[in-house]
Amino acid sequence: MALSIASREVDGVTVLDLSGRITLGEGSVQLREAIRDLISKGSKNILLNLGDVNYIDSSGLGELVSAYTTSKNQGANLKLLNLTKKVKDVLQLTKLYTVFDVLDDEASAIASYK
Amino acid sequence: MNKPDTGKMTFTLPSTMESVSEVEAAAEKMATEAGFDEDELFKLAMAVREAAVNAVLHGNDYDPTKKIAVSLENTGKSLVMTIADQGNGLDPDSLPDPLAPENLMRGTGRGIFLIRSFMDEVRFRQLDPGTELTMIKHLPAEGGAAS
Repeated sequence: MALSIASREVDGVTVLDLSGRITLGEGSVQLREAIRDLISKGSKNILLNLGDVNYIDSSGLGELVSAYTTSKNQGANLKLLNLTKKVKDVLQLTKLYTVFDVLDDEASAIASYK
Repeated sequence: MNKPDTGKMTFTLPSTMESVSEVEAAAEKMATEAGFDEDELFKLAMAVREAAVNAVLHGNDYDPTKKIAVSLENTGKSLVMTIADQGNGLDPDSLPDPLAPENLMRGTGRGIFLIRSFMDEVRFRQLDPGTELTMIKHLPAEGGAAS
């Protein structure tokens, strides 16, 4: 299943609800464009909800890293929410888990931006 | 658990992302029939996908005149999965360590690392031209989990 992305605003935080796979050709480009779009619109607080992402490949990991770096360089704060076990395992294996700010509860995640 | 069916399939595919998905699906089907659990299926499918992407993208550079050759075999003891490209070759020893602090934030360079992490044995062989990557995953022991 390709990646679908829905955007919503919660207390000044832009939440992107991602569903599907983040892989080369099946989602990495959509994610890149979504982040660029938010940055260009001046979003400073971005929360990626990965609760329905059950598959990520090395290209998808690269896109998450790029999203994080792009956001940071533009003064935005990007965090990850609701990692599935598979995505969490891959992030831990590649030592990226410690790079990102990862949260398990949306209310706490939203509050963490204040 | 029933004894897994042994068998081998080989195919030659164009250098496209559709081929990557086809190889991944075929490997996942063979692994499912061999009795791997969901966690191991995920790892195996991802390793095969990464290998196919390497062959199509980094090896053949989407060149329509170049093909990838794929072999998937259940030997009864292991799944042996081989993917060969017709590219300029790859020196696996020259790849940067993606876990090194200076490489951690790079956008690329994790594919071979994931393959090596998820498979039991990984071998590279240089072709003329191209690279052949063989990945081996031992079958789950009867009544137990995969290694």
